[in-house]
Amino acid sequence: MTAAAFEEQPLAAVSCRGVRHRFGDHAAVDGVDLTVGRGEVFGLLGPNGAGKTTLIRLMNTLLPLQEGSVSVFGRDVSRSPMAVRRLLGYVPQQLSIEAALTGRENVMWFARLFDVPRAERRARVDGALEAMALTDAAGRLAGTYSGGMVRRLELAQALVNRPALLVLDEPTIGLDPIARDGVWERVEELRGETGMTVLLTTHYMEEAEALCDRVALMHLGRIRAEGTPDELTAALGPDATLEDVFRHSTGGSLDDDSKGGLREIRRTRRTARRLG
Amino acid sequence: MRSAVLAAPRAASADGFGGPALWRRYPSRVGTFCLVELQKLSHDRTELFTRAVQPILWLIVFGETFNRIHAIPTGHLRYLDFLAPGIIAQSGLFIAIFYGIQIIWERDAGVLTKLLATPTPRSALIFGKAFAAGIRALAQVIVVLVVSVLLGVALTYNPLHILGAIAIVTLGAAFFSCLSMTIAGIVLKRDRLMGIGQMITMPLFFASNALYPVKVMPGWVRVLSKVNPLSYEVDALRGLLVGTSANLWLDFGVLLLAVAVGVTAASSLIDRLSR
Repeated sequence: MTAAAFEEQPLAAVSCRGVRHRFGDHAAVDGVDLTVGRGEVFGLLGPNGAGKTTLIRLMNTLLPLQEGSVSVFGRDVSRSPMAVRRLLGYVPQQLSIEAALTGRENVMWFARLFDVPRAERRARVDGALEAMALTDAAGRLAGTYSGGMVRRLELAQALVNRPALLVLDEPTIGLDPIARDGVWERVEELRGETGMTVLLTTHYMEEAEALCDRVALMHLGRIRAEGTPDELTAALGPDATLEDVFRHSTGGSLDDDSKGGLREIRRTRRTARRLG
Repeated sequence: MRSAVLAAPRAASADGFGGPALWRRYPSRVGTFCLVELQKLSHDRTELFTRAVQPILWLIVFGETFNRIHAIPTGHLRYLDFLAPGIIAQSGLFIAIFYGIQIIWERDAGVLTKLLATPTPRSALIFGKAFAAGIRALAQVIVVLVVSVLLGVALTYNPLHILGAIAIVTLGAAFFSCLSMTIAGIVLKRDRLMGIGQMITMPLFFASNALYPVKVMPGWVRVLSKVNPLSYEVDALRGLLVGTSANLWLDFGVLLLAVAVGVTAASSLIDRLSR
């Protein structure tokens, strides 16, 4: 397919139909229909244990699909996992870099794993590092980076592939407000420059309101509300926030961790600890 | 500059939907993981020296002593010459058998999740890691080789034989790292893998021809030695480096087969680590 033909196809970036996923008796994702449009910044919101991460791991082929269908730019995740992976840039919830390599080596590693042609590799790696304001620190071991820098390095790793869809799982978890702003600024800039589709999960409602074109509120494996932040809040009254919408549509609070799987909570804490 | 490099993501990705052919991706991934291993090693070389202590002790203390008392019948060969290839294989084994810890560490750190979300087939990832373990072992073996030469071991200078030995050490380490990654995929915990690693290294070492020839072993150890890939590695290294009679084709064949089985086993279990 030529690039032009690909551009013209009216495909959604992500399309989920009737998706269910069980871990033993527990239905982590329990019948989700979801469409993320091309070029959108889409926020998947919900407390720990809502099923956000499971849904993302179904999209990026890390979990096998049990029921329903998921496609990314028209590519079915079960039938063409490799094609789907090529389209994705993925930053998991945990801070995940190789501390014993330099920043540049970390990005170069992923450039190779995504088969970036040798002739372009250096320019692409430098470009990704520069876009994440890491050029000066690129020669340092990543183990010496601050939490915010690690997150930006992970973004650089995800971007070096020029993904059509950037998937960010809780990108600002555990970051201090300044580092958080730094990460969001970069994501906004990128999006302005490239028009790439961004799918992110977060439980920071203010961030979602400020950044996302559309959001879906997820609770206990289901989507409870979906729309633009304005649409969702307007329905409740002039001063309503997404937090209110969430409470209204689920009867629960976003801070309620009681439904979160122990493993997810542990992982979140571990990430927070590593960030100091 | 920035926009030029990052712009038009969809078009760019659309071009490369298929990526390089599968058969080209394997050598590419192996190269990538080997390179990363060398980069890590270049940033921290201390391990290279701390890990050399044990094989050096084997050569100096055990080797020199038994060289003197002629307790082990090695024919016309000096015991130290007999022992050196065994210790070379052993130092590769000790590195490879704990290589699975790295994959568990990468799992705990979230790196594995990201690796598995790249267009890398599971088996190519294991293949890459196995040969990265081979490179790591090779770096170690070079240190042991140098020490052996300093101790006066009569090693060959034939470049073809040395190349053959390099291939054998790499294959051996690739197999034992696959064994380690397979165990990692079963036990999923670092501590358990450490325990199992400790438990099996010595039996693997003693039930092989590394320290003594097969003919002096009791019958049941002989059987174990026959099914132990380490024996074939030592046999080949001894043949290549000190010129004993060795069944090189059989040795290469057994190690290649062992690597194939190991890669298959470890890649079928790796998804357990990503959950």
